[in-house]
Amino acid sequence: MYTYSDFDEAFVRERCKQFRAQVARRIDGSLTEDEFKPLRLMNGVYLQLHAYMLRIAIPYGTLRSDQMRQLGMIADKFDKGYGHFTTRQNIQFNWPTLKDIPDILDALADVQMHAIQTSGNTIRNTTVDHFAGAATDEIADPRPTAELIRQWSTDHPEFQFMPRKFKIAVGASTHDRAALKVHDLAVELVDKDGQQGYRILVGGGLGRTPMIGQVITDFIPKADLLPYLEAVVSTWNIIGRRDNKYKARIKITVFENGIEKMRELVNEEFAKTRAKFSGYDQEVLADLERQFAPPAFKNADPSSLETAVAVDPLLARWVARNTNPHKVENHLSVVISLKEHGKTPGDATGDQMRLMADLADQYGYGELRISHEQNVILPHVAKADIPALFTELAKAGLATANAGLTSDIIACPGMDYCALATARSIPVAEQIALRVKELDLEDEIGLMKIKISGCINACGHHHVGHIGILGLDRAGVENYQITLGGDATETAAIGERTGPGFAYDEVVPAVERLLKTYLEKRNSAEETFLDAYRRLGADPFKEALYGDAKKNAA
Amino acid sequence: MARKFTPKVLTANDLMEGDVIYLAADGSWVRDHAQAEFLEDETIAEMRMLVAQGQPEIAVGPYLADAKMGENGPEPIHFREAFRTRGPSNYFHGKQAETASQ
Repeated sequence: MYTYSDFDEAFVRERCKQFRAQVARRIDGSLTEDEFKPLRLMNGVYLQLHAYMLRIAIPYGTLRSDQMRQLGMIADKFDKGYGHFTTRQNIQFNWPTLKDIPDILDALADVQMHAIQTSGNTIRNTTVDHFAGAATDEIADPRPTAELIRQWSTDHPEFQFMPRKFKIAVGASTHDRAALKVHDLAVELVDKDGQQGYRILVGGGLGRTPMIGQVITDFIPKADLLPYLEAVVSTWNIIGRRDNKYKARIKITVFENGIEKMRELVNEEFAKTRAKFSGYDQEVLADLERQFAPPAFKNADPSSLETAVAVDPLLARWVARNTNPHKVENHLSVVISLKEHGKTPGDATGDQMRLMADLADQYGYGELRISHEQNVILPHVAKADIPALFTELAKAGLATANAGLTSDIIACPGMDYCALATARSIPVAEQIALRVKELDLEDEIGLMKIKISGCINACGHHHVGHIGILGLDRAGVENYQITLGGDATETAAIGERTGPGFAYDEVVPAVERLLKTYLEKRNSAEETFLDAYRRLGADPFKEALYGDAKKNAA
Repeated sequence: MARKFTPKVLTANDLMEGDVIYLAADGSWVRDHAQAEFLEDETIAEMRMLVAQGQPEIAVGPYLADAKMGENGPEPIHFREAFRTRGPSNYFHGKQAETASQ
């Protein structure tokens, strides 16, 4: 894992000092709110519905155990005992007071963390596949590339006041677990004729105008990555629209200009930027690749797991649902679900964070990941340690066997916290999860991605949910639109709106009708909801939602 | 014809804590929506807004929110403002917890 250099350490400490002084000047009246707001946002501090919110960066979702432990301390000492993991693989605290935030930032700096560039019109946290470095289908660990991008983009002077925010994801696997195609820019590690390089996609994104990213270059050598990214972002920074914030994202620039024109402009810029990069970035990348070397995997006999699974059905179910194959034969990657039925998706208490940190030390080589699906991952666990790990997780309510199932819902904070939201998300997610548990249908339904957003900004990724739910304000009442057929993987698709929205208390029954229709209409248990929707089209599902008369209501 | 003015309360977030505050008739800032000044006159509402904007050391982002008079004082009309009078749905946090502990 990456360890801060002396430069990083000094840089973050200096920012903490600066922000402490800025907070003091806001409190003593030397700074107005208009002057202070951009400064606090540069340090991840929002003012939400009920309190300040601090968004903390977790670069590419990777945490050391001591960092997770420190987040638990912050949850207990400065917040209300919990934190919320987000779809950008970050964490948010919902209740800090203004005067405490400098102390929180110092506590983060103590474990090499910060909140820089978690807000604002700049390059945000670069996200990656949460199984990076462990997945059987990856070409290489994508995190050194993500760390290189982090170092390049942090406080990059040209990219601090762009038309809008800019989100990058990096993948390296045949199966896309990082939602690459719905990012402003996606970097995909590929192999061409034995040489590793990158395919680059641009112009994806969700929000009010959802779009799938397009390939701008099929292959660039590794040495060209940063100059090429710089050319893309620089081009957009110059020609991106600033007249209308809703049209300021790169997806609109790509749409309005066309991918061919965009490619031409980027190539022109690339010819200039290429010359500015001396090759030092490749020395940095080589060093990062060494730092991200896998741990010394233990050589424990895995057969005890098979024995334990044979006699413990709860363990068997959890292993089947919450583990992923590992590139090292006697290991697995473990998904710790933060989606206990009826609980807030993505929340963990201080105690749970400390426990996960301890378990990472005991069984996972001290490493944790945050997934964009708001779960925690132990990327490397020896099969022999799985039964003991399961026992410890179960004691803390962290062994819910629902990874990838109906109750494993992505939900944004919604109007329970967010100042931008127009309806609630969390209670809808909680109620759907409780209902499917009551019906005991989750295992039968199998792979299901439900995603819920509380406003058009789509932080809950509803457009790419197999079932997407968008909460809106309709004449002063919460109303929920349903989309179907969305997909965030390599076969990415934007979900189609079904028709008129549903009242708050009608959403769960509507989802239940969709699930039951799928079970009735599918070819076999192997046909997923998404596959069935693609085969059958929207009609049977619209009928389930609205009845025959209204199925063409969209 | 002049449009009808919907009564309001003046609300903001507290600078130090970030929590929801309301301007009372005596010019103080209170945490309870029912203790907010019920503003039925548009001109007075605008004047109160100027007062609030002049207190950046207390109030952040002041705005006028629609309200109606209830049995115990002003009540919110829109569900967003109703949420702001209590706390989140998923935890017993915020004003709902503070009220219970009093």
